[in-house]
Amino acid sequence: MAYYQNIFTQVQLRSSEPEQGIQVPGLERSGEGAFLHWIGRIGNAQIGPIYLGYYGVASLVAGFIAFEIIGLNMWASVNWDPIQFVRQLFWLALEPPKPQYGVQIFPPLNEGGWWLIAGFFLTASVLLWWVRMYRRATELGLGTHTAWAFLSAIWLYLVLGFIRPLLMGHWSEAVPFGIFPHLDWTAAFSIRYGNLFYCPFHMLSITFLYGATLLFAMHGATILAVSRFGGEREIEQSLDRGTAAERAALFWRWTMGFNATMESIHRWAWWFAVLTPLTGGIGILLSGTVVDNWYLWGVQHGIAPSYPPVHPPVIDPLAVSGATP
Amino acid sequence: MKFGPAVAFVGVIAVALLTAAMLLTAGWTRPPVHAEQFGYRGLARGQISDPRAATLVKFANSVPEPLDPAPATGKKAKAEYKNVKVLGDLSVDQFNRVMLAITAWVSPDQGCAYCHNTENLADDGLYTKIVARRMLQLNRHINADWKAHVANTGVTCYTCHRGAPVPAHVWFNDPIGPHAGGFAARTYGMGHPTRTNDSTGLPSDLTPYLENHETIRVSGKTALPQGFGASIQTTEKTFSLMIHMSESLGVNCTYCHNTRGFQDWSQSSPARVTAWHGLELVRDINDSYLDPLKETLPASRLGPHGDAPKADCATCHQGVAKPLLGVSMAKDYPELGGVPAAK
Repeated sequence: MAYYQNIFTQVQLRSSEPEQGIQVPGLERSGEGAFLHWIGRIGNAQIGPIYLGYYGVASLVAGFIAFEIIGLNMWASVNWDPIQFVRQLFWLALEPPKPQYGVQIFPPLNEGGWWLIAGFFLTASVLLWWVRMYRRATELGLGTHTAWAFLSAIWLYLVLGFIRPLLMGHWSEAVPFGIFPHLDWTAAFSIRYGNLFYCPFHMLSITFLYGATLLFAMHGATILAVSRFGGEREIEQSLDRGTAAERAALFWRWTMGFNATMESIHRWAWWFAVLTPLTGGIGILLSGTVVDNWYLWGVQHGIAPSYPPVHPPVIDPLAVSGATP
Repeated sequence: MKFGPAVAFVGVIAVALLTAAMLLTAGWTRPPVHAEQFGYRGLARGQISDPRAATLVKFANSVPEPLDPAPATGKKAKAEYKNVKVLGDLSVDQFNRVMLAITAWVSPDQGCAYCHNTENLADDGLYTKIVARRMLQLNRHINADWKAHVANTGVTCYTCHRGAPVPAHVWFNDPIGPHAGGFAARTYGMGHPTRTNDSTGLPSDLTPYLENHETIRVSGKTALPQGFGASIQTTEKTFSLMIHMSESLGVNCTYCHNTRGFQDWSQSSPARVTAWHGLELVRDINDSYLDPLKETLPASRLGPHGDAPKADCATCHQGVAKPLLGVSMAKDYPELGGVPAAK
């Protein structure tokens, strides 16, 4: 029984030969496939065979070009010093064009041109990977749920870096490349547009984000808990309920009065995950284009309460002295 | 205990990660942490401090004993000594008292000879004497004209110098190291951790605000857009300045702001008005007193771009909301107060 209470998978199922999968005419996979014990601890022990295809190769090439442009410009920002490059790697940035370049397609390379080129290739890479994902699913006769979920993330990415900057008329509104720089950008964005916490779409996005993690925890725990009754065979259990599905359902009805089914829980999870970037992207898209200060907007619409004053009245010194801020 | 190994494993991982985080990143404090609420309940407006650091902070901000007061009566310094340009209105006793104090505050190791030609005290040959004379004017100007920021607490040389010829916290233009030239992308000073930006990737150069008087305010002024306002890049500069203020004073954002609406003055604390005057004060110091000293100072005292060392919030505050924890040294030194700057 301890099998199911360990955070690592205790049972590794292996075929005698690496599985080759169904044959798809004209699509040859490379490699024979191999087994790796430690990969088997967290997933399927088999690695390969791999199919990349034209879209996969094109996506990796485009991604590599973007990666190089970003990395080399970061290295240049520490004057090609290899030690500083490693030390400051998480801080280094490739910044979008300054506001004065608007949405020019060819600003000077050193004033945002590289950012645009890197963004073009990264976007190409992501979209090509999406096409590949869609085509792999249809070739295997699957539904295309994964591709549409990925597209939801791509929507948020495109809103941040392309659609919203176009609507604002300034590439400078877009996100820089870099680990901390993109986080600093996020904080600055919320300050500039008056506190995103008052944006209803930000609220929805956070609800779906935290909801998705909650649902994942509930579902993962439930399935592990009923694995001893064969509950990990979720597809069979959804069509032909066995004691695992019955017990799992009963558990949630007893604890919270309602249960999802073996099938519907996956729709819950899919929709929560998909709606997180979808609603978040709408919130970003409205910031600066339709709403300039979410806090003041919240005051106007009765979602930001007022509190009793605890200080003597404070007046903007600019309003009284006429100095320059 | 069939859960034993799993729980132990998770525990070991968690302890290892937390230990690594505490050792490798700055700003960690173990509980208990002292929190003082000063806003309406539920708004998270409060000051967080580390009670174990209190002794250290108190020690770092201890104030030297004042020298015995000197009578303002008697012969004036300008009548007794030659080439007295700033403190000539003091009595000879007061004048010598200030000279003793300034030596203890600014050049305790180097002594009088740091500024004076000991063969001829009236000689202006040393650059340090020219600078010290200007700093005395600055000190009197602050105590006379900037009561909106320093109130009656005032400042003395010690507020910034603390026994060192150059205050511990000064800054120069464009502090980020060299950047490859040519067509390599510029980062406008972003993407490098420094003391000023508190190890974020935000800009580190205080020049735009503390020297060039650029507009600090960035948040949208109305609920709906009225044209293209402050850019994200400008916001990041302001954000960095605010982090600098917060770090220099050892306070949270909420010391001044109600962070749900940073820009709203009506919800801010009175400290924000004091801070606003502080920014104006620093601009005045840099414009009229420190920046022009680049003509006087030797190259070794100048920044990489040939600019004079300049003041920011940390120059006086040095990590506490009220410099020297609010103790007024100026009240013991009437010699340093009460003379407005010549217009």
